[in-house]
Order: sequence, then C-alpha cells, then structure tokens
Amino acid sequence: MAELSSGDDSGGKKGSKKVRSKKQNSKVDLTAMVDLAFLLITFFMLTTSLSKPQSMDLGLPDKEEDTTKRVDIKVDQKRTMTIILGDNDKVTWFHGLVEAPEPGGKPTDATYGKDGIRKEILKRVKSVEEYCKTRPNNKKGDGLIVIIKPTKKSNYRNLVDILDEMAICSVPTYAIVNEFSDPEKALADKLNQ
Amino acid sequence: MAKLKMSKKSTSIDMTAMCDVAFLLLTFFILTATAKVPEPLPVDTPSSTVQTKLPENDLAMLTVGKKKVFFGVKGREVRIRTLELMGEMHNVKFTDAEKKEFALIDEFGVPIEALKQIIAMKGADRNKEGLQPGIPYDSINNQLKDWIYTARQANIDVAQKELNFAIKGDALEEYPQIKRVMDILQDQKINSFNLVTGLRAKPKTN
Repeated sequence: MAELSSGDDSGGKKGSKKVRSKKQNSKVDLTAMVDLAFLLITFFMLTTSLSKPQSMDLGLPDKEEDTTKRVDIKVDQKRTMTIILGDNDKVTWFHGLVEAPEPGGKPTDATYGKDGIRKEILKRVKSVEEYCKTRPNNKKGDGLIVIIKPTKKSNYRNLVDILDEMAICSVPTYAIVNEFSDPEKALADKLNQ
Repeated sequence: MAKLKMSKKSTSIDMTAMCDVAFLLLTFFILTATAKVPEPLPVDTPSSTVQTKLPENDLAMLTVGKKKVFFGVKGREVRIRTLELMGEMHNVKFTDAEKKEFALIDEFGVPIEALKQIIAMKGADRNKEGLQPGIPYDSINNQLKDWIYTARQANIDVAQKELNFAIKGDALEEYPQIKRVMDILQDQKINSFNLVTGLRAKPKTN
C-alpha cells in the first residue's frame, strides 16, 4: 500500500505545479480497519491453537487370556492405596487392605479435586516414599502404588479425573483394576447405595 | 513557544504499514485454520490438566457416547485402503466413486451393510443427530474389531507405520461402555492409547 500523495508532502517544499486540485486530503483514517484486523487476528490465533484436542496417554498391562498362566505379583500392602469410584461422583479410598488398613488409612469417602482426594494422595506419595527408603532391598523408583477400581456405575469423567490426579500428584505407579474382592465389593455397594 | 509547537504536531500516525502487517497475519491465520467440521456424534469430553497434544497422523479415533461407537481414521489413502480391506472381509463391493467419497468422511457409525447409503448422502444430511446407529460391537457382530484390524493393516500398507488409537468418550458415559471398547483394543494387543480430553488450568500442587 503505497503512500498516497497528500497535501502536506507535495505542496510543502518544491512549490506547486497543480496546486488547487491536489490540496484535498486523500488520507483515509485506518484506525478502525486496523482495530478490526487485529481483533480477527486474535480470534484466529486463539482458536487455531486451542482447537487441537489434548490427550492423555494411557498404558494398560498385557491381557493374559490363559488364566493358568497368570502370575500374581505380591506387593507390599503398606505401599498400596485403593481408590473405588462410585456413582454420582462419589469416591472412597483406603490404604493397605480393607480388613487391615494402615494407620490413618481406613476406608473413607472423599470428593474429587483439590480439597478432597488429592490431599490424601499427596500425603501418601510422601509417606510411602519415606517408608520405601527405609526398606533394605529398596529399588529406585519404588513408591506409592495406587489401584483404581471403577465400579459399574462410575462414569468416564470419574476415570479421567482420577487419572488426572495421578498425573498431578506424580504417583509413581498406578493401575486400573476391575476385579473386586468380597470386602471391597461390600464397600463399593455401600458407596453406590 | 514550546507549547505552541506541541499543538502543531499532528496526532495521526501513518497506519498503512501496520494495516499491511495485520492483514497479512490475518490471511495467514485464516488459511491455516482448519474449519471445524460438524461431528455426527457430538460428545462432551472430560477435562484434564495434561498438556500433550493428539498426534496429527496415523491416528484412529473411537468416539464413544450414548452407548454408540463411531470410528474414524486420519488420512485419505488410509481410509480408502481400510474400506477396501473391510469390503473384502464382509463381501461388500464399493465402486471407485464411493471410495473417493468415503475418503472425505471423518467419522461414521453405521454397520458396513448400511455404509453405502451413508456414502450416497450429502455431507450435511449425514451428520444429522440420531441418524447413524453406531458400529456394532457386541460379541455376535463385532464389526468394530474388524474396522480396528483393517485400519491398522491399511496404515501399515500406506504409511508403513503402526496406527495409534484415541478414545474420545463422553464425560457422562458409563464406565462399562468405555471398558468394553478398551477390551476390544486390548484383544488385539493394543495396550497403549490416548484419551482425548479438554483443557483445564494446571493447579499448583504445593
């Protein structure tokens, strides 16, 4: 867009050839146009970068069809925290075993989010890491193991929320398990009532 | 004196260059922006704080919502090859024109027997809500499994790469439904996949 010759430039210095007819100011006020252009730029910039969907990586263990080949791996009960997801966004958790929970880890109902289950997870991420360090045969990376058990009535958002909590709290190991032991089943039924 | 001079100066600045730049950028963003196509099965994805983006290529998307499953693959050649393999498997013949039209469909959710009718429709009619019943994935007629299998095969044929899978689930979808889809993927030894989520601001952990 070249500069249109305006009255100031042509008429000022070098005298004048065609004076009167060119005196009219041909400058257009571009302010409104620039405003609009930048508004649209902002809009397109934001929409293009935000429209790409986020995604969460999820790795599941191999499925072994043959039940005889399944190997049960025993883990220290002091390291496991089980979270059961119920309907209506209810959630309950315990540390250790249901029958014999760790101190302060009795089955408790909680809510999702910052003031609910996240506090408990964070607390245990720390305490279990400390505990693992005191064990004689400690391997690097050992820490809390969270077992996520979604009941049939829980929804997809609950699952994503709890997986998100795992990422936020940087839980070293977590797994989604679909089998319930009898006491856990009783707990889940109580939750879903 | 000084005050007089100040008032003489014109306050309007030359905006031509700024205008040029602004419109250049505007043109760039308009051209690079991908138009959002209407989805046949709109879902409300749950949000998470995870920042990883979904891959652009070699991706198959499984949309789960209202107990239906829709399927879609990225890349036109992959789509055509998938349709060919799927047609062979289920003895449905597709013409070249139909294949071409199918390559433009992002996502669909019909049994393979009804796919021809969907291909014959116009784009706007195709995406009407409730029109497509979802891909059958029960144990008697598990076409979803076949689609997943053929799409993987097609992606290897076309791009020589393993296909990634993303599950886009509705936030209120019940867990057993999602579990069923994950099981179908795991039956084919696909143990790693993406869950599509919306964006949520990252909270402070401390």
